[in-house]
Parts: sequence; structure tokens; C-alpha cells
Amino acid sequence: MSEAAHNSGGSSTVEYIQHHLTNLCAGDCDPVTHQAAGFWAFHLDTMFFSYLLAALIVFVGWRVSARLNPGVPSGLQNFVEMILDFVRTQVKDTFPGHNPLIAPLALTIFVWVWLMNFMDLIPVDLLPAIAAVIGIPYLKVVPTTDLSTTLAMSLTVFALIIFYSLKVKGPVGYLKMFLFHPFGKFFVPVNIVMTAIEELAKPLSLALRLFGNLFAGELVFLLIALIGGTLAVGAAAAFWFPLQVILDLGWLIFHLLVITLQAFIFMVLTIVYLGMAHTSADDH
Amino acid sequence: MNITATLIAQIIAFALLIWFVNKVLWGPMSKMLDDRQKRIADGLAAAEKGKHDLELAEKRAKEELQQAKAKAAEIIAQAEKRSNTILEEARGNARTEGDRMIAAAQAEIEREAHRVKEELRRQVAAVAVAGASKILKREIDAKAHSNILNDIIAQI
Repeated sequence: MSEAAHNSGGSSTVEYIQHHLTNLCAGDCDPVTHQAAGFWAFHLDTMFFSYLLAALIVFVGWRVSARLNPGVPSGLQNFVEMILDFVRTQVKDTFPGHNPLIAPLALTIFVWVWLMNFMDLIPVDLLPAIAAVIGIPYLKVVPTTDLSTTLAMSLTVFALIIFYSLKVKGPVGYLKMFLFHPFGKFFVPVNIVMTAIEELAKPLSLALRLFGNLFAGELVFLLIALIGGTLAVGAAAAFWFPLQVILDLGWLIFHLLVITLQAFIFMVLTIVYLGMAHTSADDH
Repeated sequence: MNITATLIAQIIAFALLIWFVNKVLWGPMSKMLDDRQKRIADGLAAAEKGKHDLELAEKRAKEELQQAKAKAAEIIAQAEKRSNTILEEARGNARTEGDRMIAAAQAEIEREAHRVKEELRRQVAAVAVAGASKILKREIDAKAHSNILNDIIAQI
């Protein structure tokens, strides 16, 4: 998207935003809107960046673990230990009982989501502009602004919730939860609907909360970018350009809080939901 | 929002990432943290134990010292007692020895006195004979008058 395009205002502003919100789609895609049309549609940008960050996590983890110093930790190991300890404390405080999967899961969610969210703090036009130079038409750099990513994680968590519910409560206990919770045995049909909604709301709220926050954050960055792009023409630039810088900085600092908070919320809710799955039916 | 292959791919990636994080990062790191926790706890326990041991040792040393002191005092007392008895014994021995010596000396003195008396008597007899012969101005037959002389000697 060229500077001239923003400057013409109106429809090209919409175009600018839409362009930024379009994934690089491959496979079964709509040729006009570039949206996924069928099942075999791959959002290459989402996949690329999320895998890149996943690889970064694995690489750093491998580096730190390879030269673990149990006595006097230093540098990177200190940092990793800090995050690890933070997650451990969260799991210990929130999760009843013991399950060796929960802590690594929580750590993965926290770090991965945070890193993917962090992509939002990179100037919105930077990576797409670079991509345009090497011939990539669309690039949406924040994987968590793609529902595929957030839903993928929340559905995995959902699968774990169901798995552990069945394992801990037993199939009968799980069924009982649907039948007699929350209103007791005289409202069985209502209970089924209520519990089903409650259970389905878990993955949906997880996915949509993260997606919504990051999508909105991305959008605000785009709008702030537009201040400089569309309005700063000639002498007006003297006014609008500093405003853009200040607003961008403000939103950046605020968003730093938001991305951390969202990663934290996703992690804590995952622990809480799985903790609920681990409480036996009698507790209800 | 369609369910697309991207979603499936992201699920697989997520699952793999969890596995990797568990394998590469969480496993070794949490093991190390647990080990470290254990080591610190052990160290503190060892320090506590060392302190306790030191206290015990100090207490025992004090007791030992006291015992040694008591024993030394006992030995000294015993030695004093023994020296006293030895002294007493020696004193007793000396006394009896002295008595014996005094007795021997007295016996000797008596014997000597007796001998001297005898001697004196004999000499007195001789003197008496000499005196008598001078008085009588004549030779007295010592043999004829031995009876008389012996009587005189006996009277001395």
C-alpha cells in the first residue's frame, strides 16, 4: 500500500485497513477478497509467524537447558527461571491436585501468546512493507488476530477439559454434571442447556477474548497510523505527525500491558478450567 | 469464520509446542529447580545439624572437663590421705625405733655402769688392801685374808 493511496482518503482508508487485516491466504481462497473459502485454506502469515515464535521458544529453551547451571544462574537462565517460577506459582495457587501436564501447558500458553501478541507492537506498516518489496501482497503479522490461532488453542484446552472431566469424574459423573448441575434434579432439561452453554462458553470466551483484544489493538494502531498517513498533508503534517507519534507511543505502552494481561488471562483461565475439570462430581 | 486447515495446523503446532516445551524447557528446568530447592534445604538442615552437634560436643567437653576435675581432686585427696598414713606410719616406726634404741642404750648404760661398778669395787678392794696393808704396816697374806677381803668387797 503506497503513501499516495492513504492520501486520497475515503475509500482508500478503508482499503488500507482491509488490506492490513487480510491474511496471506493459500489454497482454497476467494480470489477477490482473499478470504478463506473452503477447508483447505492456509493462512501462511499466521502460520509462519506463530511457528517462528514457537521455534524461538524451543530454541531458547534448548539453549538454556543445554547449559543449565544449578548453582549460580546467570543472564538468560535467570530470566527463564523467573518466568518458570511465575507460572509454577500460578499453577500451584490455582490448580487443585497434581497433573504434570498443566504447568508446561500454562507456560507454553503464556509465553507463546505473549510473543504472538508482541508482534502487535512492531510498527504496523513495517513488516507488510518489507513483504511487499519481496513480492508478498498481504501480511498480517499478529497470529493472535487470526481466529484460527486463538480458536486452535482454546479448542485444545477444551479437548483437555473434556478428557480430564471424563477421566476424573468418570463418564457417569460427567453426565451427572450435565443433568443435575446447577439447579438440582428437578430441572434436568434446564440443567443440560445451562451446563452445555457453560462448557461451550469456556473455549469460545477464551478464543474470542484474546482475538477481540488483539484485533482491536491492531485496529487502533492502524487508525493511529492513518493520522499521519491521510491527514498529514503539507503544513498540517507539522501538527498531525507529532500527534501520531504521541498517540502511538501512548497506545504502545498501554498495549504492552494489554498483551501481557491477555496472555496471563488465557493462562490463568486455562488452569482454572482444567482445575474445575479435575474436581470430582461430589464437589458440585 | 470457516473451520480451515489453518486451524488444524495451529492445533497441531500448539500440541507440538506444548510437547517441546515440556521436553526441552519445563522438564529439565523444573527438575533443576526442585534439585536446587532440595539442595538448599539439605544445606540448611546440615548447618542446623552441625550447630546442634557443636552444642552437644561443647556440652560433652564441659562434662568431661568437670569429670576430669573431680577425678583430679579425688586423686589429690587420696594422695594426701596416703601421704598422711605413710607419714603416720613412718612416725610410728621412728618412735618404736627410737624407743628400742633408747632401751638398748639404757641397757648398755646399765651394763656399763655395772661393769664400772665391778671395776670400781675391784679397785676399791685393791685400794682397801693397800690401805689396810699400809695401816697394818705388814704384809697381809692376800690369800689368807681373801675371805675378809671378799666380805669387804661385797659390802661396797
